[in-house]
Amino acid sequence: MSAQNMHIDSYERNWMIFSFILLAVFASAIAVAAFGMEIQVPAPEERVDPGTVATDPNSPWSNPGLREIAPGKYDAYILARAVPQWEYLPKEITVPVGSRVTFYVTSPDVQHGFKIQDTNANFMVLPGQVSKLTVTFDKPGAYNFICTEFCGAGHGVMYGAVIVTP
Amino acid sequence: MKQYQVSAAEKKFIGSHILVAVLALAVGSLFGPLQAFEHAGWDFYVYLKPLIKSYYQGLTVHGVLNALVWTTFFIMGFLTFNVIFGLKRPLKNPVLNKVGFWMMVVGVVVAAIPILANEATVLFTFYPPLKANWAFYVGLTLVVVGSWVEGWGLFMTYADWRKENKNERTPFIAFASLVTVLLWQICTLGVAVEILTMLLPWSLGLIEGVDPQLARTYFWFTGHPLVYFWLLPAYISWYAMLPKQAGGGKMFSDTLARLAFWIFLVLSTPLGFHHQYVDPGVPPAWKFIHAILTFGVFFPSMMTAFTVIASLEYGARKNGGKGALGWIGKLNWSDPSVASQLLAGILFFFGGIGGLANASYNVNLVLHNTAFVPGHFHLTVATAVTLSFTGISYWLVPYLTGRKLWQPKWATIQAWVWFVGMIVFSNSMHVLGLLGAPRRVPLNLAPYVPAEWNSRLFQVGLGGAILFVSGLIYLVVIYKTATNKERVETEVEVPIAESMQDPDSGPIWLDRWSPWVYGALALIVIVYGPVLFDLIKNIALTSPGFRVW
Repeated sequence: MSAQNMHIDSYERNWMIFSFILLAVFASAIAVAAFGMEIQVPAPEERVDPGTVATDPNSPWSNPGLREIAPGKYDAYILARAVPQWEYLPKEITVPVGSRVTFYVTSPDVQHGFKIQDTNANFMVLPGQVSKLTVTFDKPGAYNFICTEFCGAGHGVMYGAVIVTP
Repeated sequence: MKQYQVSAAEKKFIGSHILVAVLALAVGSLFGPLQAFEHAGWDFYVYLKPLIKSYYQGLTVHGVLNALVWTTFFIMGFLTFNVIFGLKRPLKNPVLNKVGFWMMVVGVVVAAIPILANEATVLFTFYPPLKANWAFYVGLTLVVVGSWVEGWGLFMTYADWRKENKNERTPFIAFASLVTVLLWQICTLGVAVEILTMLLPWSLGLIEGVDPQLARTYFWFTGHPLVYFWLLPAYISWYAMLPKQAGGGKMFSDTLARLAFWIFLVLSTPLGFHHQYVDPGVPPAWKFIHAILTFGVFFPSMMTAFTVIASLEYGARKNGGKGALGWIGKLNWSDPSVASQLLAGILFFFGGIGGLANASYNVNLVLHNTAFVPGHFHLTVATAVTLSFTGISYWLVPYLTGRKLWQPKWATIQAWVWFVGMIVFSNSMHVLGLLGAPRRVPLNLAPYVPAEWNSRLFQVGLGGAILFVSGLIYLVVIYKTATNKERVETEVEVPIAESMQDPDSGPIWLDRWSPWVYGALALIVIVYGPVLFDLIKNIALTSPGFRVW
């Protein structure tokens, strides 16, 4: 190999610059949404023992459901399970419009998903881990939450709902 | 000038890969439409009950055979050909490559038994604690290790060539194939560790439980570079073969094509968290870093788009093509191999856009595990990759067997039917995903499906039906070709687009392996190390297995 240099055609150079700028703009948009508007993905919350999380009386998931922690603010402890049948416990929670609900979801058995329709809440539910996201319900209505990860024969019927009352 | 003669034994060896690949595609593709039909309310699974117990078992067959077996076998065959033909020398140690190939074949059989027995209905992601029969994990291990062994055979062949050609530029198709093989060897470490340290001993009863979060992290270490392992062989054809087939085009930029492959090697692996944005056990800061790196790996694909289109345009203008886009009509659309790959490239444009949306960190909150995701990857692996591979097979099978392509017109029709079917199928899947429809669900039976999804669900079924027709035409054409009594008069010419620049004029660092390999490994350690260290330090093997399918 003799004298070498990187030959780059001028059109191609411009295309690469354009590509770089395009990707930089997209990345900035995500960063603004994440850190400016706080549209965030789940963060590590807590590790639990999937063998006892549903039965240990000290575990909030032994008595899953809604707790009002302040006016208009709720914690929702939800258990996603495949055994003995595919379901969320509780299957339904009811909150008044404008409520800010923080979901804490875990599984005592296999992996599940948890996606609340028409919101940004969508996360994996893993045995041994607690998934947490907060949603403000500004409009009344029924918001189904559905299982989005294959969890066995009843995966397709696994769902529940947040009822937001006016 | 007579082209390099690949020996009859090596042609047969490469052809064996294609044969297994097409058989896997044939069986796997039977089950693809069944999923689509179910969405539209046409449930064929009730008739299959004696053989296939559920939608999910069918989905497992479809995913494993199409996404893993069809791709891996075709790729190893095609890359083996590229190394031999590119370096103009036989395999250094053909026995080693044969051992690798047979390990892969045995692996497929061993994994297929529990899948067909409904003992491994865990889909192609096999997330624990869904627990398959041990044979499923053994089979997968054999396929991966077999592909490593074949790769070692290719590296040894290259090492010999390099010894004799110290100052030569590695011919492009061989170079790009070797980079792809190396990428595969690095990234499959994740799934190898997952299976060997957790899933296999667990399925054999040697350990009580697994750590699902750690298993997912290992899996996606391999899972995303896997898509580049699928894609890069198609890129090799687009860069270095398609321009020639489409009308005497030349490769526009040899140096940047090589640079693109190096960037793929470095950036393909350290970004797996973009499949885990909504996992509870991975810190958001690391997810964000992986998001940025995912945007980085988009860059070489943008470079590829430019070079490939410029190479095609060069040939088309030489043949009298005019206008900003009018030259496209001058491409050799009547060649089924060309039509297949051009159509694959067109849909890949949309696949790329959808992929960027998936990769976009918090945007993924709306898309994760919705029907948008299979909508996306049916444009990428099932079209950009698969339609390119079937297109390649339209010249490769006649080349390998010496038999004429049967009814090229039908082969061209096949590509167009796939293109149309995929537009119908994929578009409706994307829309369903945006409406909130989950993936991997027999939606016809799901109790929460609103009536407004119905027209889209019908289109999924319709698209599946069209794709099914295309698949059938492909199988007929390939079968009729492989058994064609009419032989080619002279050996099929391997389409190689020569470089517009003298490849030797490029910088020497484009032919140096160590900086790129060390760079790739270093980046993996930096962006995976802390999280993996933490997950392993706090490993909790607390999940026993479940068989709930």
